Amino acid sequence: MLQIKFVLLWSDLLFFVLIAAVVVGGVWAGRVEHLRLAWRQVGQSRVGMATATVLIAFVLVALLDSLHYRERLPGDQENYAVEVRSALDATLTGLRTRAEKTYSAPLATHLFAKESLDTDLGRSFPRLKHGGAHLGDDLAAHDSDIAAKAVKGLGLGLLGTLVFGLVSLPLRRAAPHLAWNAQLLTVLVLCLLAGAVAVLAGDYHVLGTDKVGQDVLYLTLKSVRTAILIGTLTTLIMLPAAVFLGLLAGYAGGWIDDVIQYLYTTLNSIPGVLLIAASVLMMQVVIDTHPEWFATTAERADARFLALCAILGITSWTGLCRLLRGEVLKLRELEYVQAARALGVSSARILWRHVLPNVMHIVMIAIVMDFSGLVLAEAVLSYVGIGVDPNTISFGTMINTARMELARDPMVWWSLVAAFAFMFVLVLAANLFADVMRDAFDPRVVKL
Amino acid sequence: MSLLSVRDLSVAIGAAEPVDGVSFEIGAGETFALLGESGCGKSLTALALMRLLPEAARIAAGSVQFAGQELCALTEAQMRSVRGGKIGMIFQEPGASLNPVMTIGAQIAEALKFHTGKAQGEKIVELLAAVGIPDPARRATEYPFQMSGGMKQRAMTAMALAGEPELLIADEPTTALDVTIQAQVLDLLDGLRRERRMAMLLISHDLGVVAQMADRIGVMYAGQLVEVAPRAAFYAAPGHPYTRRLFAALPDAASADKAAYPMRGIAYPLRGTPSRQRRLLTIPGSVPPLGTQHAGCRFVERCGEALPVCRSTPPPWREYTAGQQVRCHLETAHTLPAESADFAARAKVGAGETALLEASDLKVHFPIRRGVLQRVVGHVRAVDGVTIALRAGRTVALVGESGCGKTTVGKAILGLQPPTGGTVKLQGKLLQGLAPAAMQMVFQDPFGSLNPRLRVGEIIAEGLRALAVAGDPALRVAELLEQVGLSGDMVGRYPHEFSGGQRQRIAIARALAVRPLLLICDEPTSALDVSVQAQILNLLTDLQAQLGLAYLFITHNITVVDYLAQEVAVMYLGRIVEYGTVDEVLRNSRHPYTQALLAAAPQIEAGRDGNREYVRVAGDPPSPANPPAGCHFHPRCPWAESRCRAAYPAPAMLSATHVVRCFLAGS
Repeated sequence: MLQIKFVLLWSDLLFFVLIAAVVVGGVWAGRVEHLRLAWRQVGQSRVGMATATVLIAFVLVALLDSLHYRERLPGDQENYAVEVRSALDATLTGLRTRAEKTYSAPLATHLFAKESLDTDLGRSFPRLKHGGAHLGDDLAAHDSDIAAKAVKGLGLGLLGTLVFGLVSLPLRRAAPHLAWNAQLLTVLVLCLLAGAVAVLAGDYHVLGTDKVGQDVLYLTLKSVRTAILIGTLTTLIMLPAAVFLGLLAGYAGGWIDDVIQYLYTTLNSIPGVLLIAASVLMMQVVIDTHPEWFATTAERADARFLALCAILGITSWTGLCRLLRGEVLKLRELEYVQAARALGVSSARILWRHVLPNVMHIVMIAIVMDFSGLVLAEAVLSYVGIGVDPNTISFGTMINTARMELARDPMVWWSLVAAFAFMFVLVLAANLFADVMRDAFDPRVVKL
Repeated sequence: MSLLSVRDLSVAIGAAEPVDGVSFEIGAGETFALLGESGCGKSLTALALMRLLPEAARIAAGSVQFAGQELCALTEAQMRSVRGGKIGMIFQEPGASLNPVMTIGAQIAEALKFHTGKAQGEKIVELLAAVGIPDPARRATEYPFQMSGGMKQRAMTAMALAGEPELLIADEPTTALDVTIQAQVLDLLDGLRRERRMAMLLISHDLGVVAQMADRIGVMYAGQLVEVAPRAAFYAAPGHPYTRRLFAALPDAASADKAAYPMRGIAYPLRGTPSRQRRLLTIPGSVPPLGTQHAGCRFVERCGEALPVCRSTPPPWREYTAGQQVRCHLETAHTLPAESADFAARAKVGAGETALLEASDLKVHFPIRRGVLQRVVGHVRAVDGVTIALRAGRTVALVGESGCGKTTVGKAILGLQPPTGGTVKLQGKLLQGLAPAAMQMVFQDPFGSLNPRLRVGEIIAEGLRALAVAGDPALRVAELLEQVGLSGDMVGRYPHEFSGGQRQRIAIARALAVRPLLLICDEPTSALDVSVQAQILNLLTDLQAQLGLAYLFITHNITVVDYLAQEVAVMYLGRIVEYGTVDEVLRNSRHPYTQALLAAAPQIEAGRDGNREYVRVAGDPPSPANPPAGCHFHPRCPWAESRCRAAYPAPAMLSATHVVRCFLAGS
């Protein structure tokens, strides 16, 4: 008898569809020569390979966090828990359940704040329930224990890298001209970090705990899914509108062009945050007045999350649309388009065969460029309180809860630093990757 | 002692050497021309002299002595005072070499200040006057966008003159200009050179321009000089097999005959037997790509007379005639293969009796909109009442300068540009909207006319699929590729793998796929090198003979017209000013504009007889948005009378086929 019931949230579904689309697109791109050449150029770039590896690591975490399920409750009847968990939660059960009372610093054995203890006369720092509990009273061994565990973790990381290297050997042989060394180096760094953190996390809170004692490392890892989904799903929502309207405006011209131009100029002139705030609040009202729509809180949070994606998508298609319109205006006058018209090829077919393939580089570059902007936008919006549901763990909500603690003395810095570091690595990797993509795909970049 | 002495100059880009061991000298007051096809390293040589090479390129070896100074040894700071000072340079694209947000005067002042330390207004005006800009004081305060292309090139020249250079480097100075403006600018440059005793390094691909300007000529091929000769010897008897083929590839019967002055004593119609009955000699293949390893002579793959030694040993310099150096193993000049295959077939294809295409009173007016409400305040009359008839198997050439509306006529006939007035009839049927597949177009730019994302097979099959032509498209595509002289197994390749000439063949195959009766060729050879142009012209002639195609050939190149066309229409500002058979229009032209066009085209003959006299037409073509009252040509016409200013002349029939719109044509 199955002890769990799988739950497919809407965002999971869209995310899987997106991943499938990327895989199918990759296979297709391999058969089209100019795309294959461009991707090969990305692969030959050391920065490209390294950042792609980092991004794939992030996507794997997000993917793991998108396999949702509900546990079966003990008892004869088939009842399931109301909490929706993910495969990532299952992997990190230790981190998730070993909650402390309140703040504790990274790798600490004691709480951050003094309390009056029964056994003592004065106030002192109480021991943590889990962090460093295995040490018992031997607090002198704290440092050496951390060092030993870190070394053990690094060793495991090295081993992991070696295994990865061996497994990826056939790939390396198949495409010897790609920058595999850069990729392996990135894997090494990731494995060493992951190994050390994993071993330490068994007995400590590597990144400390937050106000209610939750492990910050756990929160950060959970935030990755939100960030990646915001970046990709929003693009997915805005892309069809941007491409369709951009091509139409550029190619058809006349009053169609006028209407589309007025549409995006109007949309652009409304302050973005205001529009998003209004829409999110409206969505919130709709969601709150229809509790019967959602079986679990996770589903409700997911609905709000998707609504945010949609709203961000609706407000962000204008830039790409304008870019495409300009490019199509130019392409429309090109001679191969004129020749196709003279041959009697239909407009739809001209757009599909002659125009779209020649603006795809702009679309590709825009997707990757927008990604980092959207990840940052989520953080800002959640910070302001109009972003994702407060129950959804995201970089934005982490920063939002951590902001007050910056004023404490001594400062509680680790929540903020952890969120910042992860977001920084993700956005930097995305930006560098976008640069490499632009160099490879933009025909106007001169290649010598 | 020579002013500039270049010794074994080599430029390297990575491992490739696009300029390889070039040596030449230029004396004071002399014009030396570097001649060659695109990609031969002419411009890189000039940039290397100025030490202005692009980042990837560097001077690998050699020395450049200028007035006793070694330029390669100067520091960058010292070099800056040489550039624009002792050596001035003007570029091909005048629009791109001027800063659009600075006035002309300010830009000249900048150059003056740097090189002479002072920038007085009068000096600027003086310079502008020296380059023949009318009303220089006012022009100095204007911005580049307010000037025409010819004016901009003059302003560029004024800037180059600011440092009072001893050497002027002109890199294709007139390639972007119209033929009448080209004549003006060439004239100006030659006058300035003589006046200031400046030396000039002229870079050109045009044998005609070089014939008018140069004292000595160096021919470049694949990064090397292959022939250096004084002008007269060069044009009398070119020595290198490459050079001789270049000459033979020109449809060269069109040259000025200064004996005949049909009207008011000044026009020069074409002379000589038309070369229409012979095939043009072509140079097979194309210039070897950059980075090719050469064991022997670089031209060997395309040379008809290659000896075994040509493949293994680089040829030495040899004295061909006095002062004429040739880098070739051949001892004597072989005669080029006689043109055996003449166009016998061409004569056989009888012209259809009835008109295949009739365009009458065709008009294309573009509205000019102004203001908030986008009200129409006027019209650009791009095409203003053009009537053309075309019979099967015949070629009508549409000639004119840029902006005269000739391309718009082609597009209007095809329906790509909806006409605002007039009718187009194909085989007697009135056309509306997009033309049927029986009419197709071949475009000018071989790079813009093929979708870079599609394979050649898909490009050619496009029309077959759009019209759902029966039969196996793959077979037909292979057949078409063979028909245009490519191999049938090229279907799987992408356009970027082909050279310009091959791309133009693919474009022709695409048009032929739907079995058209009429091809509208819009400058199909003007982006191609001379040798490749000959290949395409031969192909077009062959196809016409085989398939009985009619061509509407849109061009500005008179020599091509004379070679290919049976009838010629000359357009000026949206109207046809002269229409007739090729002999009537080119050899007995009666419109002053046609005469000016013919006279302004640089003639190779000038290189042979040393006579550099030719007629110029003054001024720039007016804007079609605001054409002059009366005859559009009267402001530039040397014989304009009062009636020319009052009304547009009615067509005058000089013969059954010859129509001229000029008041003076009859007299």
